[in-house]
Amino acid sequence: MSAAAQGTSKAAHGDVAPKKKKGPGALATAYLVIYNVVMTAGWLVIAVGLVRAYVARGSYHGLYYSIEKPLKFFQTGALLEILHCAVGIVPSSVVLTGFQVLSRVFLTWAVTHSVREVQSEDSVLLFVTAWTVTEIIRYSFYTFSLLNHLPYLIKWARYTFFILLYPMGVTGELLTIYAALPYVQKTGLYSVTLPNKYNFSFDYYTFLILIMISYIPRKSIGRLHFPLQKSAIRKTGYTG
Amino acid sequence: VVEVLDAKTREQLCFLDKVEPHSTIGDIKSLFYKLYPRWYPARQSLTLDPKGKFLRDEEILQSLPVGTTATMYFKDLGPQLGWTTVFFAENIGPLLIYLLFYFRVPYIYSDRCAFTSSPHKVVTMACVCHTFHYLKRLIETIFVHRFSHGSMPLRTIVKNCLYYWGFSAWLAYYINHPLYTPPSYGEVQVHYAMVIFAICEMGNFSIHLTYLPAHALIRFPVPSKNPFTWLFFFVSCPNHTYEVGTWVSFSIMTQCLPVAVFTVLGFIQMTVWAKGKHRAYVREFKDYPAVRVAIIPLIL
Repeated sequence: MSAAAQGTSKAAHGDVAPKKKKGPGALATAYLVIYNVVMTAGWLVIAVGLVRAYVARGSYHGLYYSIEKPLKFFQTGALLEILHCAVGIVPSSVVLTGFQVLSRVFLTWAVTHSVREVQSEDSVLLFVTAWTVTEIIRYSFYTFSLLNHLPYLIKWARYTFFILLYPMGVTGELLTIYAALPYVQKTGLYSVTLPNKYNFSFDYYTFLILIMISYIPRKSIGRLHFPLQKSAIRKTGYTG
Repeated sequence: VVEVLDAKTREQLCFLDKVEPHSTIGDIKSLFYKLYPRWYPARQSLTLDPKGKFLRDEEILQSLPVGTTATMYFKDLGPQLGWTTVFFAENIGPLLIYLLFYFRVPYIYSDRCAFTSSPHKVVTMACVCHTFHYLKRLIETIFVHRFSHGSMPLRTIVKNCLYYWGFSAWLAYYINHPLYTPPSYGEVQVHYAMVIFAICEMGNFSIHLTYLPAHALIRFPVPSKNPFTWLFFFVSCPNHTYEVGTWVSFSIMTQCLPVAVFTVLGFIQMTVWAKGKHRAYVREFKDYPAVRVAIIPLIL
């Protein structure tokens, strides 16, 4: 779900980690703080939107529609994080961050937005809730880290809530893709068939199934990321 | 006296006394291999420093900065395969896989198409070209190329084979498909593409034949009387240039998007290789022609 802490360095194995290996400059830090604050605020807006809609309707069905626009805006905005890694102001891997953000953006646009029929599914609420709580914690974690004043509570929340939120998000995502399958097959959405001038074909239905299968290796690795990071931090005593 | 320690655990793996000062690293590796038969010399990495660069087989013990007891660190590079084996595996796959699709072996396309052939001439021409390309590469691997390093790790080979074999299956699937659509400009397109294909293949072969000993050259390659070598006026790696040309012409010939994708990816990879080679030439030879670029004349 989330890459290594932005703006701070990974704990070095075996020796006491320095505060920052090669931190971003002052301008970059200011930009990153603003970015992370804006993102935290954005996801808080989504959280509030969900709660208000729930209270207003009295049920949790179809809450997607009340936060559709901010969800799309802020989740798509996360693409900037790939740029941050590429430019070097964040010490994470471009490939890793790219995979994570693109996976989210794919689910937001290519599945939920594109297949209208799944938008009222409860699985959508499941992953949206998981994403919202995760992102609020994650972006505030980064904000405080950048300001070198990380409250233990946030760090604790990040690593602990992850245990619940990660499987919750994965389940919601998988169920949503699964729900989209029959509609994709029926309408031939995003699919190209033979014969055609460029001798190429693409079956979005099969592609979605492959994506679902890929969750097994991808998410198992992701599932291990935090416990590994947590024990590495515990070993070195680096508190960020 | 040579002492070999494990690079990770620092435990002593062996103690070789009676090693002559003029022995090479290769000799030491052979001695080590006798004690540890599962680590044949090709998969041994010996260094003077646990994190340092590995010592080459030709280096002589007495020329190394060591005292009376030389301490070396050993790392297992994993199973290795010779480069000839690797290239052979990488190229035999596409050759055979494409033919499976051309002859429409059962279970690829629908049952009633099994073992049928396409009515389009271009499909047969494409098969001839593709097969010729890989046969040429296999022949070059066996008779022409001389490789510098001894071997390559198993994981790289698996990755490379998956890439080449996978792509050839993907493009062969569409070209030999019962619903294949021949190129928009018909015979003209196919024939022009074939001519360019032939020129590029001949060019590539010329360059390989005359200029490819893999170890360091005494002099950088220069154009000769053979017109195909005149590309050397403009580029450092005309073999790569010709190879890109081969695949561009194949894309045009088949008008197949997967072929174009493969061409683009190949172009990117070859540009990386060509730029590396170009930089090495420029560094090594002070009088390297300034007009030359890496792979695309006057551009890249």
